[in-house]
Amino acid sequence: MTDISRSDLGAVPTTVGRPVPTVWQEKMPLGKRLPRWLMMAVLMALFLGVWQLVTSLHLVSPLILPSPGETLADVVIVGRNLLGGDYMLGPLLITVQEVVWGFLLALAIGVTLGIIVGETAIGERAVMPYIVAIDTMPKLAFAPLFVAWLGFGISSKVALAAFISVFPIVVGTAAGLHAADENARMLFRSIGATQLQTLLRLKIPAGLPQFFTGLKIASISVVSGAIAGEFLGGGQGFGGLIRVAASQLDTPRVFSLIIWLSFVGLIMFGLVSWMQYRFVFWHRTDTPGARANRQF
Amino acid sequence: MAALTDVDLVVRKGEFHSVIGSSGCGKSTLLKIMAGLQPPTTGTVMLAGTPVMGPRPDIGMMFQQATLLPWRTTLENILLPIEIREGRQASRTATGRAAALMELVGLKGFEDAYPAQLSGGMAQRAAICRMLATEPQMLLLDEPFSALDEITRDFMNMELQRICLERAASAFLVTHSIAEAVILSDVVHVMSARPGRVVRSIRIDLPRPRTLDMVTMPEFGDYVSLIRGLLDKGAFL
Repeated sequence: MTDISRSDLGAVPTTVGRPVPTVWQEKMPLGKRLPRWLMMAVLMALFLGVWQLVTSLHLVSPLILPSPGETLADVVIVGRNLLGGDYMLGPLLITVQEVVWGFLLALAIGVTLGIIVGETAIGERAVMPYIVAIDTMPKLAFAPLFVAWLGFGISSKVALAAFISVFPIVVGTAAGLHAADENARMLFRSIGATQLQTLLRLKIPAGLPQFFTGLKIASISVVSGAIAGEFLGGGQGFGGLIRVAASQLDTPRVFSLIIWLSFVGLIMFGLVSWMQYRFVFWHRTDTPGARANRQF
Repeated sequence: MAALTDVDLVVRKGEFHSVIGSSGCGKSTLLKIMAGLQPPTTGTVMLAGTPVMGPRPDIGMMFQQATLLPWRTTLENILLPIEIREGRQASRTATGRAAALMELVGLKGFEDAYPAQLSGGMAQRAAICRMLATEPQMLLLDEPFSALDEITRDFMNMELQRICLERAASAFLVTHSIAEAVILSDVVHVMSARPGRVVRSIRIDLPRPRTLDMVTMPEFGDYVSLIRGLLDKGAFL
């Protein structure tokens, strides 16, 4: 055996006294080397820095954009008010009620329609086109109609919140029911499963990932729906507080109210995500633990 | 246009038959008709004296993919056919039998493992147990091990032979592999496409139990070349 590296490739490229490195490492991009929390913190600091700069250089009027410090101070004020059970808590609880009822209503209607659309030929061929058609309409435009039908109270907001968030649930449910693969369907037929058994033991569990994706989208849009309802149909909710603060040009208050409101959406989203993690335990692709488990 | 024509075959109790042919020759259609998953346009399928009019508990089926449900443990997957046909109560009482089946195929200790934790070969073994759970007399196998690597596949084929001999079950295997068909079968049916028909049925007279080193026997080579000669020219393109 001849030493190929010497005979065929010519002189080994070494400079006198300095050995050529033989160990090399794959170059990792910066974004993969740094821990995630650090990158997020740096980005947040950058954002706040630019914000601070824009306000302290008086590039825009403080009436339009308050400084980060002012906003944070107001977040604390609103937080004290809410936690102390002061006058802002009532509106928040009204909005939370609208969100929760709107979501439950959307869930009930969405799952029912989703099963009709996903499981029956009539639903898929005749009902689905109308659902798509209504989904393409600007749904906020229906707000005055809900007010006319249901009045200025909480129910018109619940209706709008449900109306806005029902479509992703219908689509998620219907898509989920089609998720089971052909082999699994054939298996169920070969063991003599009835249509109901196939639905309960195969199609529903197999469709849970898609169903929860729809539910996550709905959990966010339901808050938008409730607030939009309050903007357009009056009432006692948190959206009312935002509107009043904005009309008084109290922009720090508007920002801090939005920040507190975003917690409602965050909690809704977190709850749905947690349920997905619990119930769709076989589909945890986003956690390193699950990936390690798969390689077992 | 008919997918199949003039298919007339008899599988006796305890016999192992294979059907081999090019893609699109109607092998899978034939298997679906035999399983009662699809009605034939003409003709009948008889099993143990009664016509097959739909899926039956005395017919077990296995597919190319293991098709285990990821939200059920291996044991729960194996009990699925019993649960569907006879209810939860029956499936609970069958737990012992299912565990014995798992031991038979070397899956002992994996009762509570989820399918994601099984290797490809283990998943197919679980699928074998699921097929055997209702104690079928006729096993219909649609390329059951073609997704596995060759080493695992040879091993699984020998396991399959052992299980069939042990339970005196009849088997009908759809395959693309001539060697696999010859080593496992008592009879190999060679099919031709458009329309799908059985060109010839060849009885394989090799001693039982078959072993993997039989592939070196001259008779084995003769059977393989005979079958290869019968297959369509375009069969393996």
